Amino acid sequence: MLIFVNGTQRELAAGCNVAQLLEQLELAGKRLALEVNMEIVPRSQYATHLLYEGDRIEVVHAIGGG
Amino acid sequence: MSKHATVTSDSPLIIAGKHYHSRLLVGSGKYRDLDETRLATEASGAQIVTVAIRRTNIGQKPGEPNLLDVLPPARYTILPNTAGCYTADDAVRTCRLARELLDGHDLVKLEVIGDEKTLYPDVVATMQAAAILVKDGFKVMVYTTDDPLIAKRLEEIGCVAVMPLAAPIGSGLGIRNPYNILTIIENAKVPILVDAGVGTASDAALAMELGCDGVLMNTAIAGAKNPILMASAMKKAIEAGREAFLAGRIPRKRYASASSPADGLFF
Repeated sequence: MLIFVNGTQRELAAGCNVAQLLEQLELAGKRLALEVNMEIVPRSQYATHLLYEGDRIEVVHAIGGG
Repeated sequence: MSKHATVTSDSPLIIAGKHYHSRLLVGSGKYRDLDETRLATEASGAQIVTVAIRRTNIGQKPGEPNLLDVLPPARYTILPNTAGCYTADDAVRTCRLARELLDGHDLVKLEVIGDEKTLYPDVVATMQAAAILVKDGFKVMVYTTDDPLIAKRLEEIGCVAVMPLAAPIGSGLGIRNPYNILTIIENAKVPILVDAGVGTASDAALAMELGCDGVLMNTAIAGAKNPILMASAMKKAIEAGREAFLAGRIPRKRYASASSPADGLFF
């Protein structure tokens, strides 16, 4: 199925959850925050939140800023 | 007890119930690398450090060091900002992501920008966002113009600190309207921090001499030729300005007033 991660289209196996996506992105265990379709998914729900065709995922982190 | 106050008699800066001995708050943007970020932040003595929230690079730089590795939240109070937000909705969304990122930490720097050229705050959108965030349990330190009425309104909305600009972000022009800053301070029951526009140490000292509770800056340090040395200079300027404010400056007079006694002259 097709999903969007930070605005870029990606192929992901059907039935994957957020934790599995983060593994594939080599972001597992990193300090980040994540939204699916504008709704925050808490870290505690990564393993149970299933992803679906067309989901728009935003993965953010802290960078330098004033 | 001595009738002379000691130089250590200052009270701490209190923001949202937490005590800070440093009145200099720094941003973490515009540094050459994370090592310079770390060294300058340490030299500044700051305890509150702002960060921005942005998309993670996907698959571009694996193993890239993280900002929060050099600015550990256990050591610094991390203050996520809403820089780059032009609407109240974007600012609220950014704050909620920041709270999730920082494990429920709810102190945020709210800024809603209205114009690319000046980066001036959109005060109407800022007030809308502040109201939503306060209701949602955030402790909001709010960036705003040097307008005393708006500053008061933001305090009434429930912001824990109000942060008027000295001059446009990154301009280094220093405090353009010291009398407005003074009025804002006089009216306030929450900490007032000058945020943005400081260029050099004397600008920071002036903010503190006016009675500001603190100063937040980024470009003045990160953009200096030697950021680490400038961070050290700013630390001293903030301390010197604060002590001068507490000490109480002499009034300005047009004519001289001799420092040596006129009595006892032998000629």
